[in-house]
Amino acid sequence: MMTDQLLIILALCIPTVAAILIAVTHNNVNLRETGTLLSSVCLIFVVYNLLQIVLAGDQPQLFLLKFLPGLAIHFKIEPLGMLFACIASFLWLINSIYSIGYMRGNNEKHQTRFYICFAVAIASTIGIAFSANLITLFIFYEALTLSTYPLVTHKGSEDAMRAGRAYLGILLSTSICFFLPAIIWTSVLAGNTEFTSGGILDNEMNHCVIFILLMLFSYGIGKAALMPMHRWLPAAMVAPTPVSALLHAVAVVKAGVFSIVKIVTYIFSPALLAEVVDFNLLLYLAGVTIIVASIIALQADNLKRRLAYSTISQLSYVILATALLAPISIMGAALHILAHAFGKITLFFAAGSIYTATKKTAVSELDGIGKVMPWTMGAFAIASLSMIGVPPTAGFLSKWYILQGAFSVESWFAITVIIISTLLNAGYFLPIVYAAFFKKPSDGKKLDYHEAPFAMVFALTVTSILTIVLFLFPEIPLQLVKMLVGNMI
Amino acid sequence: MISSHLPVLQVILPLIAAPLCVILRQGTLSWLLTTLVCFMSLAISSCLYDQVMTEGVISYALGGWLSPWGIEYRLDKLTVFMLLIVNGVAAIVLLGARSSIPNEISSDRLYLFYTAFLLNLTGLLGVIVTGDAFNLFVFIEIASLSSYAMISIGRDRRCLYAAFKYLIFGTIGASFILISVGLLYAVTGTLNMNDIFQRLPDVENTRTLTTALVFFVVGVGIKAAIFPLHLWLPDAYSYSPSIVSTFLAGTTTKVFIYVLIRFIFSIFGYDTAINGGTFNNLLMMFACAGILYGSYLAIKQDSLKRLLAYSSIAQLGYMLLGISLATEAGLAAGLIHVFNHAIIKVALFLSVVTIIFYCKTDSIIQLAGLAKKLPLLTSAFLVSGLSLIGVPMTAGFISKWYLIKASLQSGYWGLVVVIVFSSVLAIIYIWKFIEASYFKSSEKELVALNEDQKTPCLLLFSLALFVIANIYFGLDSSFNVELANAIANDLFRK
Repeated sequence: MMTDQLLIILALCIPTVAAILIAVTHNNVNLRETGTLLSSVCLIFVVYNLLQIVLAGDQPQLFLLKFLPGLAIHFKIEPLGMLFACIASFLWLINSIYSIGYMRGNNEKHQTRFYICFAVAIASTIGIAFSANLITLFIFYEALTLSTYPLVTHKGSEDAMRAGRAYLGILLSTSICFFLPAIIWTSVLAGNTEFTSGGILDNEMNHCVIFILLMLFSYGIGKAALMPMHRWLPAAMVAPTPVSALLHAVAVVKAGVFSIVKIVTYIFSPALLAEVVDFNLLLYLAGVTIIVASIIALQADNLKRRLAYSTISQLSYVILATALLAPISIMGAALHILAHAFGKITLFFAAGSIYTATKKTAVSELDGIGKVMPWTMGAFAIASLSMIGVPPTAGFLSKWYILQGAFSVESWFAITVIIISTLLNAGYFLPIVYAAFFKKPSDGKKLDYHEAPFAMVFALTVTSILTIVLFLFPEIPLQLVKMLVGNMI
Repeated sequence: MISSHLPVLQVILPLIAAPLCVILRQGTLSWLLTTLVCFMSLAISSCLYDQVMTEGVISYALGGWLSPWGIEYRLDKLTVFMLLIVNGVAAIVLLGARSSIPNEISSDRLYLFYTAFLLNLTGLLGVIVTGDAFNLFVFIEIASLSSYAMISIGRDRRCLYAAFKYLIFGTIGASFILISVGLLYAVTGTLNMNDIFQRLPDVENTRTLTTALVFFVVGVGIKAAIFPLHLWLPDAYSYSPSIVSTFLAGTTTKVFIYVLIRFIFSIFGYDTAINGGTFNNLLMMFACAGILYGSYLAIKQDSLKRLLAYSSIAQLGYMLLGISLATEAGLAAGLIHVFNHAIIKVALFLSVVTIIFYCKTDSIIQLAGLAKKLPLLTSAFLVSGLSLIGVPMTAGFISKWYLIKASLQSGYWGLVVVIVFSSVLAIIYIWKFIEASYFKSSEKELVALNEDQKTPCLLLFSLALFVIANIYFGLDSSFNVELANAIANDLFRK
């Protein structure tokens, strides 16, 4: 039992210690980078050990401190959190490798601050993943917002500062205006805020209140980017690409949808919501977000902007799947967090590697680039397929479960939305792939670019291969999500 | 023997020390004496805390004259709670004053400052311990007159105008309180608070009583800077010597919030004051308006001291909001915020004192890039700022939590909206400084640092104490929360 707690502490401490180590070794660049890489490997090792414990059916816990009667910093590892921690810790390593290539390749300033904030963001993410009650979740949620702010404003230009203000303003104000009151309200109603399987709110309560609470949570978690709270995400595009990758794939937005799935399953419980909520507003909001964001993505010419709107739409897939309230669609939601993480990080890596090699940012400039950057664009193609949901990629798997869930509750709205958005996804990703490989450069000149630095190409190749591997061998994630919905069925 | 006379010692000690300072006529010695007195005073209040917690309410007859005729000092849990806050703030702030005050007050006036400080402390402590309505007015006057002196003693000429403004407002406020006490005397024939409380039911629903209540609330509203009677506060806080602002922000307005609570619960009686509902609805309206107004104006300020002054108006609104909920949970939340706001605001003001010590300015624009030169100091401001916003694991969060919870329990959804909205405004005005100091790096705007200054060890020490207190009471709030709950419980049972 002791070792379980030690592992939890280690998982939280390793990124924090890494941040300190990075700060101490800021003079020696190579030593600093070694510190980052070593700590991420250690973190993966610790998380792997925890994974074994969770797969064996255990749920290790740790009480840290109690700062109000009935409120404590409390960690408990349940399957969904475990899955999220695995994603975050693994992608930290990959992202670090990529960042080293990117930051050096582009001669970015303030690299030490960058790596420190990155490590702190990972520590907060692990805290979110392992939180056992709403208040712990909230604390780390805010820590994540604050620690990523310097990353978003990394360039320090007027644009970056404005984007940073939007980022901080939207995320902090939604969390304080909606999320915190929702937490306090929950604690007034239920007497505690612990994540309990089967939920802590019950049928006796005013149905209208439960509905309002659900909406407060959905909009309070601004990181989930449910429209119209999505503006921070495209604004944050000014950040360096590894940061966008972190924001979109590893930590920030994933923390958002993860919290929503966790709150729906462990605070409300889907059974309660299905019984109480007559009009499933959340489902329709998510559906509208999916379609609208896809249409905006279709029109965007800036590659990163297109990817950002694609993320907004993909996040709402998770919310939609959760709002369907069928156990199988919640499995789909959890799997989609995983599948989207690997797909989207590959796409961002590719965008960054194109920028590093060619300084190009617009979709319309990418004609024929596949010839000179085959690895990058190959990975981009695989990840695009995963976004669309074509086998053999991980995206297919999650979409399959979500659709199955939609059919099981006969939600024709959700089915229509998924079909239309699949078409839209194909509409905004495939032309890029087609242009890159089959079109000739518009000005007729031969392109004299090369692949990006090795570290970057290596990272994006690994993530794209994993997108396929996850389709072929999905046992471990499947087992985790089955445990998640186990008591619901 | 001596322990039975502690209530009077609490007041007499600074009163005796004040003329001694004038005799000493020397800055350093006066400072030593004043600090010594403050710490002794703090020790006395801790002893009193022990006594009250173990033995219950202490009633002390001044000069041996028993209570209906003589002046009674009456100490309950609320009294010792306030004594601890005022003495704690006074002692630690004064410790830090050693480093910064010679920069802001000319050296031949230093001993006068310490005299005024001691008199002010006497007044505030007297207001808290006394159980006699007229005596309370006397102490209010002592505290007020000495604070006008403290505000006007600085080198900045604008402080004279600020002190004059405060003098006019303060005198009107004190007169209103006096009129109220007079009216109460007219209908009950006594000045002892407990006696008035006993006799008021006979004259319930008379016009005199209502008039007394109205005069009192307006009077104390001016003194406590409750919106819209706050007009003296921004000038007084921003132009007085910065250590004076720190002390005033931590103590004076809170003591008048205490007077409000004391009169409502121990003189007018809860039912008389609140029962119609009009009174607490009015208070609630003004509280909300004050919260929004103060937070909004704080955003517009460039001077840090003025920014904090407007933020104080908003924070006073929170305390008033808790009281106006008219429930036990609400009153407890208000009291918790009295305590937490004292440590938050003093920490913020002390960091501004240190910033002024190093940079000779408190303008946010001129302080761009400060974090590179004084990283620890800006992080101290950051931590206390986060506490003001109400980020979890800081003292401010505890206040917000109980305030929102109390509002929800009474079913006032609108208040929750006000509280969270003003927290967002707080983020904006705190962030203004954080962004300027951490993320602005255009070279020409960088602050000029006074390199030749000696490190202000004592000032940094007291700053550190308050910053740590902000985190400590965010993690383990059992002391203030339990005490506040006990006080609210006692007052409502009365």
